[in-house]
Amino acid sequence: MSVLELQDLCVTYRTDGGPVPAVRGVNLTVEAGQTVGLAGESGCGKSTIASAVLRLLPRGTEVSGKVLLDGEDVYAMTPGRLRAVRWTSAAIVFQGALQSLNPVRRVGQQIEEAVLLHSTQSQAAARVLVGELLERVGIPAARADHYPHELSGGQRQRVLIALALACGPKLLIADEPTTALDVMVQAQVLALLEELQREEGMALLFITHDLSVLTHACQRLAVMYAGRIVEEGSSKEVFADPQHPYSRALAAAFPTIGDPISRMNPTGLAGDPPDPSALPSGCPFAPRCAVAVAECSTLDVALRHAGVGRSAACIHVDGPDV
Amino acid sequence: MVLMSDPVVSLTNVQVQFGGGRIRAVDTVSLEVARGEVVALVGESGCGKTTLIRSIIGLEPLAHGSITVEGKPVGMGRGLRALRQRVQMIFQDPSGALNPRHSIYEAVAEGLRIHKVKGHEPTLVAEALAAAGLRPAERYLRRFPHELSGGQRQRVLIAAAMALQPTLLLADEPVASLDASIRGEILALMRSFVDTHGVSIIAVTHDLGLAWNIADRVAVMYLGRIVEVGPTEDVLRAPKHPYTQALLSVVPEIEGMEQQILVGETPDPSRVPAGCRFHPRCPLVASGEADRRGFGDKCRGVDLELEPEVGSHQVACHAVANG
Amino acid sequence: MTDVHIPRSGRAVAWDRRRASLASVWHSLRNDRLALLGLIVLLLFTLLAFAAPLLSDKSSLSAANTGDNPVWSPPSWEFLFGTDHLGHSVAAQFLWGSRISLFVGLMATLLQVGIGSLVGLTAGFFGGWVDAVLMRLTDWFLVIPFLPLAIVLAAVLQRGLWTIILVIGVTSWPSTARLLRAQVLTARQRLYVDRARSLGAGRIHVMRRHVLPNVTPLILASTTLAVPISILTETTLSFLGLGDPTATSWGGMLNAAKDNSAISGGRWWAYMPPGLGIVFVVLAVTLFGRALEEILDPRLRER
Repeated sequence: MSVLELQDLCVTYRTDGGPVPAVRGVNLTVEAGQTVGLAGESGCGKSTIASAVLRLLPRGTEVSGKVLLDGEDVYAMTPGRLRAVRWTSAAIVFQGALQSLNPVRRVGQQIEEAVLLHSTQSQAAARVLVGELLERVGIPAARADHYPHELSGGQRQRVLIALALACGPKLLIADEPTTALDVMVQAQVLALLEELQREEGMALLFITHDLSVLTHACQRLAVMYAGRIVEEGSSKEVFADPQHPYSRALAAAFPTIGDPISRMNPTGLAGDPPDPSALPSGCPFAPRCAVAVAECSTLDVALRHAGVGRSAACIHVDGPDV
Repeated sequence: MVLMSDPVVSLTNVQVQFGGGRIRAVDTVSLEVARGEVVALVGESGCGKTTLIRSIIGLEPLAHGSITVEGKPVGMGRGLRALRQRVQMIFQDPSGALNPRHSIYEAVAEGLRIHKVKGHEPTLVAEALAAAGLRPAERYLRRFPHELSGGQRQRVLIAAAMALQPTLLLADEPVASLDASIRGEILALMRSFVDTHGVSIIAVTHDLGLAWNIADRVAVMYLGRIVEVGPTEDVLRAPKHPYTQALLSVVPEIEGMEQQILVGETPDPSRVPAGCRFHPRCPLVASGEADRRGFGDKCRGVDLELEPEVGSHQVACHAVANG
Repeated sequence: MTDVHIPRSGRAVAWDRRRASLASVWHSLRNDRLALLGLIVLLLFTLLAFAAPLLSDKSSLSAANTGDNPVWSPPSWEFLFGTDHLGHSVAAQFLWGSRISLFVGLMATLLQVGIGSLVGLTAGFFGGWVDAVLMRLTDWFLVIPFLPLAIVLAAVLQRGLWTIILVIGVTSWPSTARLLRAQVLTARQRLYVDRARSLGAGRIHVMRRHVLPNVTPLILASTTLAVPISILTETTLSFLGLGDPTATSWGGMLNAAKDNSAISGGRWWAYMPPGLGIVFVVLAVTLFGRALEEILDPRLRER
């Protein structure tokens, strides 16, 4: 049984300007011990998915489809069961550690809070556990008494990881965990995630806009655009030979250093990521696509098989629908 | 130091300090940029790269050293206004850099008004926006920053900067806060201005891929000092300084290099180590190789600057100096 | 909204923007029912105050003309609000008193905001020792206890309207000054101010184009909210007997009612009208001011 399974997930926000469909029919599976990457840019819906898994979406948001955590439908759970499941079955490492941590409480206390909420341990035992967690993520246990602003960016991110691990979840969702960090600290955090995942046997859903980070960190990769998955497959294959023009652009966005093709030749896509409240008809990528044909502006293509264990939603892919 | 005949900007032994000398943000930096050249200034947080470019435009006072732009020294006083026409800055956060109450027109016209640039203002503004890729320009004039995307806002800032016809652009992480797919467009735009207007660019970034994309030369900074500088191909394909090597090894977009993840946090400019400032984190020192090859003591005790004095690819490292 | 043509000049764009922004403020206000209610009530009272000479003869308030009026007469068709201990029409006093209360409230607020803005903006603009000196001055005025100062000033200066205005203005400006200074300092830290400086802008340009537009809405909002406080303060002072003996405000009416045992004597028509008048006016301005603050205060707006 998969740790996480999204079945035709649709999420529509209610805003003053009308309903905004952020996620439009996503199917995704994460098996135990597996790392799955979700790549996409602003407005594609990937952070919405992270919040949707633990029912953290704002009130009034419409959710349809199924979110199965260990086989259980999250949206059919009673509030009591949901509270028990949150953080113990799945936990999120959010982006922007400075905003996610309470600035007026010590970091040790914040992790303790998570532990105490979900177990019957005494505060003393919890404090010991917190020390162990901090050491595990590479922070000296003495730092538990520090406030978030006294730590560096990399340390704060590690605190968030420790916080997420506090209840031993089977699934860790990391939403842009390294985006604001320096490249060396990013490498340290990625190595830490890899190590933890190996040791704990956790499943990891890694959400980011940097495709190249995912290549090394994940086994499987899904690329999102305008609320849908437009390509899926093993990360090496997707990065080496993208089938969807958007994946190709994303892969080319960060050049391979040393590659003469990208030397003095920055390539990107014209236009901007689409506004989820005003999607064009047909394929939402068509306005920016270099290989768009006439049908693309009227026909919205669904995911098609594009090889063994691969799929892409493009009219140029010859394959049966998934 | 490469002595150019007519550099656009020349920094000589520049030092910038904060907190009454406690924090040595820029600790003796010398650099020159030629006309039409793009130099990428790379390094991690706290290395002083942003402080360095802020001092070029006079936003930070110098503790020591001197900066000249087109031959004229950068100081305080009357010359500063003229300087701030020839040198323009592009900020990292395009949303924060635009006053939310001003229309796009006013954002671009602001510089023109300050410097009393001659010409029909609306036409100048429209032309600047069009040159930055916002077409048709008329459609953007009355809009506000919050109605534009991140990429569009950055184009507005670039348009506003280029409208003053500068000779030097200082770009502080120009694409870091933008979506990956439009990164290339903005970089291509900046590169195009080099080709058409002959403007020089100093791009501050932690993204080595950006340097590969648009820079002629790369200067690597660590704790307030340049530790390696040279043509992009040389520095990024054959780095000589252990820090540059480590940085390159962990970039996800590199191939063929084994990852060298440095231990410890990015260092604190208020506590610069003695000797070579990189030695506490240097793999050569940590592994003992520096001692085996005989210069370990120098690493721990002797501070050093870029060598050789003349030549295009320079490194500040005892390992390199001692062969 | 998006005109597709090159404007005639930069000024045209700026005026377009200002007009649009005013329109949007009005639009937001229109949607807030309570704010509209407050505005209407306020306008009503202002109208009444202006119309006082038309509705009642001021001479009817002087002692000479009330010989034959019944004393302490409850409301009737002849005297809508009844009469007081001297036979004066309470309704007439109410109308004429409203002019005093509103006038003093407005003038005192203007004085307070005027001094506060000057101090706050100057301190924020110059910084350094100017800021330090001005802030110590502000602290000093902040700690002076209000009532003793009012009593002392009223005793030392001639009792009159302008004394009251002075007293209120002089004791209330510190909070405005601090608020504005903080807003100026915040505005100066913004990245777009850095950008303006890097474009070559001097301090005056920065203040004019970037700081003041950020700060003036706050001045407007805090002015509106200071009016009810000033009115209440004036009422308090008059109630304590420090007001102008020749020009009776609503507070003065309350004072007279207390002094002449109207409250204990059950003569509600002598103190209810002025009391309710104060409540309604203060409530009206507060509702309107609160809505205005929500629209204009950049901190409360969620852009």
